[in-house]
Amino acid sequence: MAFAGRRDAPEPPDFGILKRLARDQLVYLLEQLPGKKDLFIEADLMSPLDRIANVSILKQHDVDKLYKVETRPAPGASDQFCFLVRPRVRTMRFIADVTCDEWSFYLLPLDEDIISMELPEFFRDYFLEGDHRWINPVARALQLLNSLYGPFGKTYGIGRCAKMSYELWRDLEDESESEVQGRKPEIGHVFLMDRDMDYVTALCSQVVYEGLVDDTFRIKCGSVDFGPDVTSSDKSIKVLLNSQDKVFSEIRNEHFSSVFGFLSQKSRNLQAQYDRRRGMDIKQMKDFVSQELKGLKQEHRLLSLHIGACESIMKKKTKQDFQETIKAEHSLLEGFDIRESTSFIEEHIDRQVSPIESLRLMCLLSITENGLVPKDYRSLKTQYLQSYGPEHLLTFHNLKRIGLLTEQSAGDTLTAVESKVSKLVTDRAAGKITDAFNSLARKSNFRAISKKLGLIPRLDGEYDLKMPRDMAYVFGGAYVPLSCKIIEQVLERRGWQGLEEVVRLLNGNEFCVSDSAVEDNPACESQRVILAVFLGGCTFSEIAALRFLGKERGCKFIFLTTAITNSARMMEAMIEAKG
Amino acid sequence: MLLVKGQCLISVFISGRNKLSSFQSLSDALSDTGVKSYAPELRRPRAEYKDYSSDWSPKDTVRRMQRGKVCSLERFRSLQDKLVLLDEAVAGHDGNVITAVLIFLKRTLRREILFRELEVRQVALCHLIHFLREMGEQKFLLDLLRFLDRTEEVALSQYREHLNIQDVEKRREFLKGCIGLPFSAEDTSHIQDHYTLLERQIIIEANDRHLEMAGQSELFRKYPRKASILNMPLVTTLFYSCFYHYTEAEGMFSSPTNLKKTFKIPDKQYVLTALAARAKLRAWGDVDALLTTKNWLGYTKKKAPIGFHRVVEILQRNNAPVQVLQEYVRLVEDVDTRLNLATKYKCHDVVIETYRDLKDRIQLTAYKDKVERGSAEEEKIHSILSNMQIRWKN
Repeated sequence: MAFAGRRDAPEPPDFGILKRLARDQLVYLLEQLPGKKDLFIEADLMSPLDRIANVSILKQHDVDKLYKVETRPAPGASDQFCFLVRPRVRTMRFIADVTCDEWSFYLLPLDEDIISMELPEFFRDYFLEGDHRWINPVARALQLLNSLYGPFGKTYGIGRCAKMSYELWRDLEDESESEVQGRKPEIGHVFLMDRDMDYVTALCSQVVYEGLVDDTFRIKCGSVDFGPDVTSSDKSIKVLLNSQDKVFSEIRNEHFSSVFGFLSQKSRNLQAQYDRRRGMDIKQMKDFVSQELKGLKQEHRLLSLHIGACESIMKKKTKQDFQETIKAEHSLLEGFDIRESTSFIEEHIDRQVSPIESLRLMCLLSITENGLVPKDYRSLKTQYLQSYGPEHLLTFHNLKRIGLLTEQSAGDTLTAVESKVSKLVTDRAAGKITDAFNSLARKSNFRAISKKLGLIPRLDGEYDLKMPRDMAYVFGGAYVPLSCKIIEQVLERRGWQGLEEVVRLLNGNEFCVSDSAVEDNPACESQRVILAVFLGGCTFSEIAALRFLGKERGCKFIFLTTAITNSARMMEAMIEAKG
Repeated sequence: MLLVKGQCLISVFISGRNKLSSFQSLSDALSDTGVKSYAPELRRPRAEYKDYSSDWSPKDTVRRMQRGKVCSLERFRSLQDKLVLLDEAVAGHDGNVITAVLIFLKRTLRREILFRELEVRQVALCHLIHFLREMGEQKFLLDLLRFLDRTEEVALSQYREHLNIQDVEKRREFLKGCIGLPFSAEDTSHIQDHYTLLERQIIIEANDRHLEMAGQSELFRKYPRKASILNMPLVTTLFYSCFYHYTEAEGMFSSPTNLKKTFKIPDKQYVLTALAARAKLRAWGDVDALLTTKNWLGYTKKKAPIGFHRVVEILQRNNAPVQVLQEYVRLVEDVDTRLNLATKYKCHDVVIETYRDLKDRIQLTAYKDKVERGSAEEEKIHSILSNMQIRWKN
């Protein structure tokens, strides 16, 4: 399963310090209010808080009861009460007459190479509402990481938000008195990327194990709730999914087709280990029980869980025509059979399969095709409103505003021309003609970018998913994630030279800055550790792809994301809720 | 008020009582080197750290606000000063500072002036709009949007409010009022449909609740309703109507044909939904009628606007007996799909006939093992295999 790289990738820095810092500061603040107190905590903060400081630590510092803040003040039993909230206007309105302190908790390490800012609202606030409220936290996060693990040598970036975050970060650095220079860095480079540089990847169905688990069960703060259908009992359990789970760490980045076989094999090996005890004498048995059995039992438990998860995933996917959906997605990515895919989506809506899935597919069609043909836009919108509710008129408006689901303007009908032409000529020629029609400035430009960067691999024979040869394996060999490809290319070229055309198609805002004070020493290990910053969310597929790239190139990617995301979360952020 | 203080906070820890600022040198306790230089100021609580100096320039004021210091903005009295402050805030990229300045400007500037200045400042404008939405300052927001001539957004912002109205009658009234708003032509018809749908649902719901309670209807007794039809999507309403009111005359609001006509539901959608509803009731005759059309000579033909594999899927989901299922499996256009489904659902006749049509002797022979010993199907296979006239391909 593991890919043997030419050079061993460096070890990731220790991010445990981030948790300890946050916990210590929280404890300090709790101690500022001596005596019994009730703690009201915002629902979204429960999971992150759980990873930082558990209930016993809170109790140790005189927290009596824990309540959820339901945007309504509640009476507490204690004399004093504390609120742990994000500074959102809605929540603030109901809390009056208080003193405030800041708990500077920006960064939650989810795993040895993933740090999350737990800001899922970033996506909507910035990309839809145009609000820059989270740029300061991003800048401060970069500052913190730079002071702990830097100084960073080179910073690359693309996107408006990336640029602003970088500028604010530099301002903060220039002002601060910290002596970071002269320190031995653990992270060499930073790459900042806006989510809207690549919506396509975020919209695709995930087929690597971790991505599938996220799509199916929703991973929250690095852990997941497995229900009775997975645990084969009547209980649900919460499982922490990270590199500590030995079984999970071996399958997380694998394509789903390999996973089941792997787990079965492992089960057989485990059974063989258990069976060893048949031939044991008392002493051997004693040793076995004291040393090995616990580990085996643990492994057995984990295996059962993951096998259960796989079965549950397969059942759900069969029910929702997963195969057909993937086929439609691949067609959209490659640019063929667009009419067929559109009909598929139409039927998907008619059958009321899932409001989120239908929306996702429409957006994928729109982004890859530079907007829907007006006739299709109107008819799909009407059908969607009929199938899933008229209030989604507002959802469509949001999607239009953010650019995920748009209408081609009159005379733009690329597909119509394309399909007429492609009937007459070969595939390659049709692509060339597409380029000619792309002369008008377009927002999405996916096809042109895809061609320039070679995102659709040429298929000569079967694509081996067990021994993948490139990042396309995360989407079954059909497509190399655009975001990851950009990162790969820029790092390879140590800049944007040769990528001018791609940058233009991505609407610019690229930058590449070297910190002159930092020595550019290729021999230094830190040069091979790269911090990939995703502004607006990062998917597990992208993480898997870059982990793969890292192994290939002998470097280590550390992921800093405003939140882990997937297509469902993105779509949900666009739906207009009550209040 | 937090925003006015200019603190940009990720998590705010608020304690509900004034407290003594007892100094705890936790920062001293941290043993790592270099930790001190970045660990947040753990001395006095920020709330007590006020800025009494009044000499900061707009740029410095913005900078201080970004760093979380409390700043009074009152001394920026002239319009010019205020605008410079705003532009500095925007240039600083910190959204909370931008919003804080906007709150100040909102309070201290005449509306028309504020609107006029924001018209040419896109970033600031976005922040104000977002803030107004979050604070629920609907009137101010609408005035702003009207000033900007963003009439469609005015309409949508008002329409959005319907989500907050729980009472159906009030919601219906509200939606009625939305119809005249400056939507695009297309959206106007969607709003119209929304209103009409809710109006009908209210009527249907009232009648059906009555029927249910009266206990006279066998259908309602046998299949009690699990939820109200209010605020459900149109297709769901159609399903409901096909389930409980299938045979009603078109004049009745609750009849499927009325819904179809009123909302111009396409045939494809209609057949799909009606099929699902009748299949749930195991009304196979109705299913058949939906899929049968008469041509001009009076001959009937089976036609499915949705593909027969979908028909089979719906029937199978509702545990249709094999004889019923078989009939439609037979009509699946794609041969591979047909074989797949026929084998899966044990529609033996269809499998046999298809292999015969494909002239596939090997597969047909193999299939013998799948049928019951001595059954009619086995006999059928035998008879086909021994038919001398068939030119087998293998």
